[in-house]
Amino acid sequence: MIHDLDTGTAVAVVSEDVFFSAIATREVSSRAVVYAGDYLNKLSGESVERECREKIADGATELIVDFSRTEIVNSIGVSILLGVIDAAKSNGASVVFKEVNESTTELFEMLGVTNHVRLIHN
Amino acid sequence: MAKPLYTTAEPQKIQSGSKIVHAFGALADLGAEVANRSNFSDTIRTSLHLLLGSLGIMRGGVARYSPYEGELSLAAVRGLGDEFPLAFPLTREDERAFLQCGTQALEVLDARDLTLLSLNGWILEAKDIELIVPLVVHDELLGMLFIGEKASGDRYNSHDKDIICAMGRHIGVAISQRNLLTELERKADETRKLYDEMRTTYNDTVRAFAAAIDSKDKYTEGHSTRVGKYTEIIARELGWADDEIEGASVAGYLHDVGKLTVERKIINAPYKIDAKESKELNRHPAVGYEILLPIHHPYADVPLAAKYHHERLDGRGYPDGLFDREIPYIAKIVNLADSFDAMTTDRPYKRRRPAPETIEDLRKNSGLQFAPEITAAMFRGLLREAAGETKDKRFRRLLGRDYMETEDLVPLIQHALDNIGSTQSITLSA
Repeated sequence: MIHDLDTGTAVAVVSEDVFFSAIATREVSSRAVVYAGDYLNKLSGESVERECREKIADGATELIVDFSRTEIVNSIGVSILLGVIDAAKSNGASVVFKEVNESTTELFEMLGVTNHVRLIHN
Repeated sequence: MAKPLYTTAEPQKIQSGSKIVHAFGALADLGAEVANRSNFSDTIRTSLHLLLGSLGIMRGGVARYSPYEGELSLAAVRGLGDEFPLAFPLTREDERAFLQCGTQALEVLDARDLTLLSLNGWILEAKDIELIVPLVVHDELLGMLFIGEKASGDRYNSHDKDIICAMGRHIGVAISQRNLLTELERKADETRKLYDEMRTTYNDTVRAFAAAIDSKDKYTEGHSTRVGKYTEIIARELGWADDEIEGASVAGYLHDVGKLTVERKIINAPYKIDAKESKELNRHPAVGYEILLPIHHPYADVPLAAKYHHERLDGRGYPDGLFDREIPYIAKIVNLADSFDAMTTDRPYKRRRPAPETIEDLRKNSGLQFAPEITAAMFRGLLREAAGETKDKRFRRLLGRDYMETEDLVPLIQHALDNIGSTQSITLSA
C-alpha cells in the first residue's frame, strides 16, 4: 500500500476551535486562512495540508497559515508545510506565514522555507 | 518579520549548529518512532516526514524492496505526483551494487551506469530527485530512499548526506523489523495449521482406539465413544475451558484401553462372571494406565483417568480403594460417565434401566460413589435438554429419543438435582 503523504488517506478529526478557515468566499476574496495549531507536529498534522489543498482547489490564490497558536514546529511540521508550499506552487497560489515566533522563523530561514513564503506579523 | 537571533560575526557557524540540533531532534524522533512499532504504515509515513523536514527537502519517497519480485515498490511518497512510478524493477546487478555500497547517498547524476537509473533517470530528473539511498541492513537490501531538492536550493553537502544516511538506517531497521514480523506471523500461522492437523490426527487416533476397544465387546459396542461424549458434556457443564474439555473427552474415550488385554470371552460373558474372571477383568484400569503412561498426551490426566475410573468416594472401589480426595478429579468424571452408560445400555445379563431409575440411582449414590457436584453437572445438562432449553441433542443422540421423552422426566431430574446427597466431594484440581 502506498501512502501518498500529499493526499494521505488517514483523516484526522480536527476540532473547529483549533482549526477553522476564516475565509471569505471565492466571489469576495481569494484569501484563505488556516490555523497551524500544535498538532502540525504529528502525523495528524497532515489534515492541515489537506485543508490547505482544499482551499486552493476551491480557488484561494493566497493561503495564510496562522502560527499564532503554534509554539514550536518540528521536522514533521516542516515537512507538512513544505507540502502546503508545493501544492500552492503547483496551483499558482502564494503562501503567507503569519505570526511565526522567533525560534520558528530561525528554523524556517535555516531550512530555506522562507525562500517560498512571505512572513507577516500583525 | 522577526529579528534573526544571531547577530554575531559567525552566523554561518551558529546556523550550522542549529541545523545539527534540528536534525538530531528529527533523528531522535525517528528512533522513537521505529522503536514504537505501533503501525508500520504510520511509521513509514512519519519517517518520511521526519526525513524531509529535518533538512527542508521538498519531495521524496520510501520504497521497499522485494527480492522475490525483484522490485522496489513505493511505501510512502511526497510531492512526486501521480506520474511517478509505483514500482521499479531492479536487476540482480543493481542489487549487488547497492549491497556493495551499503546505506550511502548516491547522486543520481553520478550513478547513471545503474540499470535503475538508465531506465528511470528521466522521471527522477523530472521530479528533481537528487539522491537515492539504498537501505541496507545486515547485508540485505530492504529498500530505497528517493530524495528531492532542498527548499533552500542548496546542493547536498557531506553533512546532509550523513544525516540522510543515519535516518535511512533507522528506516531500514523499521522495514527489517516489519519483514521479520511478517515472517514470524507466517511461521506462526504454519505452526498453528500444523498443530491443528496434529490435533485432528491425535483425536482421530483416540477415536480409532476407542473403536478398537469397543470392538472386543459386542454388547457394549460404542461404550468408550459414549463415555468420551458424556465426559465432555460433564466437563462443559462444570465450566471447563475448551482445551480442558477436549482433554476430558480423550480421557473418556481411552478409559477402558486396558480391556484390550482382557480375554474376549470374559468381556463378552453372557452371565455374571466368577471371582477369577472378575479379578482378570479388574486388572484393566492398571493395565490401561501402563499402556497410556508412556504416551505424550497433550492432556496430563489421561492415564490417571484410566487407572482410577473405578474408584469410589467411599473407598470401596478398585484398584487401590482410594477415598474422595485421593481420587483424581478427571477419574471421578469418567467414573460417572462410565456408570451412566452402563445403566443406560443393554448388557448381556440385563436390560438397561428406565430413566427414573437411572436418575434416582445416580442421586442416591452421590457422595458414596459419585462426586455430588459432578452428578449435579450431569443432571443440569440432562435437564436443559429435556426441558428444551437448548437446541443441543447430545443426550437424545446417545440415549435415544424414547429415553429422553420419558414421562415427567423434567420434574424427575429437577427433584434429583434439588436432592443430591449432601456429602460434598472435596475435589482436587482437574
